[in-house]
Amino acid sequence: MSESGSLRRKWTNRIMLILCGCAAGLCILILALIVGYTIANGISYFNIDFLTNVSKPVGEVGGGMRDEIYGTFILVGLASLIALPVGLMAGIYLAEFGSPAVASVVRFIADILAGVPSIVVGVFAYALLVRPMHSYSALSAGVALAIIMIPVVARTAEEAMRLVPNSMREAALALGINRWRAVLGVIMPGALTGIITGIMLAVARIAGETAPLIFTALGSAFGVQGLNQPIGALPLQIYRYALSPYPDWQQQAWAAAFLLMILVLGINIVVRTVSRRKSM
Amino acid sequence: MLYEMTNNITGRSTTEKPLYARDKSRYMLEVVRLSAWYGKMKAVNEISMKIKAQAITALIGPSGCGKSTLIRCMNRMHEVSDGGKVSGQVLLDGRDIYGKDVDAVSVRRRIGMVFQKPTAFPTMSIFDNVASGINLTRLWSRKGELQELVEHSLKKAALWEEVKDKLNRSGVSLSGGQQQRLCIARAIAIEPEILLLDEPCSALDPISTLKIEELMLEIKKDYTVVIVTHNMQQAARVSDFTGFLLLGELIEFAPTKELFSIPHDKRTEDYITGRFG
Repeated sequence: MSESGSLRRKWTNRIMLILCGCAAGLCILILALIVGYTIANGISYFNIDFLTNVSKPVGEVGGGMRDEIYGTFILVGLASLIALPVGLMAGIYLAEFGSPAVASVVRFIADILAGVPSIVVGVFAYALLVRPMHSYSALSAGVALAIIMIPVVARTAEEAMRLVPNSMREAALALGINRWRAVLGVIMPGALTGIITGIMLAVARIAGETAPLIFTALGSAFGVQGLNQPIGALPLQIYRYALSPYPDWQQQAWAAAFLLMILVLGINIVVRTVSRRKSM
Repeated sequence: MLYEMTNNITGRSTTEKPLYARDKSRYMLEVVRLSAWYGKMKAVNEISMKIKAQAITALIGPSGCGKSTLIRCMNRMHEVSDGGKVSGQVLLDGRDIYGKDVDAVSVRRRIGMVFQKPTAFPTMSIFDNVASGINLTRLWSRKGELQELVEHSLKKAALWEEVKDKLNRSGVSLSGGQQQRLCIARAIAIEPEILLLDEPCSALDPISTLKIEELMLEIKKDYTVVIVTHNMQQAARVSDFTGFLLLGELIEFAPTKELFSIPHDKRTEDYITGRFG
């Protein structure tokens, strides 16, 4: 071992460490910039009117996104209504009932589905519902968001249930409890934190999706009119207003971006706190 | 006659057990040419034995001899394991529990089991743990009805005095030995006829072990107990009959006193005198 060799090693080590540190710093910096910029710009236009008023035409001062906020909640609710039963039951199948061969195929397909670009999902929902119904609709948007949500819910629920020790399954079966009741009464309660974490993350993910809504929800100038009618949503309105040439609308877009980010960030923070408390 | 336990959980004390269960000379369980596999690996090889009612039968042998597998075959838990396969018969009241028309779930309600590691359900209170066998097999049950059953079961498992003031605390807040007795209480609550104990003390300290042993002697008055243990002293202390297993075969099966004093087989003698295992 020469002196210079060890010196070189030391420096290589030091340089690599600095590079890794820089990369990590860059990640945090980008997040901080996005969050900071959105807050700085959004908070000044964010007020009670924004939450309670409907949008106003260009040139009129004030106005808000009450209908779009409402619309986002409806779409997320609709998507959850479809995706939660399907996703959870698929997760239960994967973790508890599927034969290894079938389960691995289903798991693979779910992973692919989770990776499908969201705009493709939007086009799919367009072809599936919008064209036959001859109208953009809240329903088609809900279905599109549900398709994005299902694999996320299924896989996280599966992972959470797999973490429940096998001894619990055996203990339940040995009490003469059948498998369904064992899953509902013992396995799912044991995996509840993980399952809820997965659901919340899936909700956070679809709440901010824009691309699938372009082909399905379309947006609405007349508020929420029904599930078979076009509907507005926060991300959609951000997209529209941010691209508009009117300063009023751009300000509204900032405020909406601020609100959406707070919602998604809030969900993420809650999930982190809850799952951390569990792991301790 | 077979299956009244779920009709009447409060009223039925042990004295009301059907007469046949109190007949001490009767064989409760009969294992006939039973073999068991894990995938291609044969763990139990053509074992036949008769288990006496209201007695403790111990299965001893070195690690990997198939004693745990054998006991898991007695309430159809072996088939839950990966690649678990069984051939042969296990007769309960003369009926093969592996018969075509027999439901594994109903077998397990008559033949309860307690495992090596305590398996209290962590999401349930002490009360709910004991009641789980009832709660999770019915659509609904009344709390008042369960109250008596839970108390009765915890008393039988010699745990009542220690937990009666904290029934709402989590089942896993108890010590290991208490959790194991909780599991016994939980198994007793569904009123099985046979209780299978798979190394119930191997994860416990000596004092907890002693308590469980006393408990076994107590519950054998009402139940037929089969225990797997790798602790020969334990088998000698508590059991009435002992079976010695080696490499998946039942080498010798006799009254405990006889087996430990005048073993007929050289391998049994070598094992109980500590020459291997």
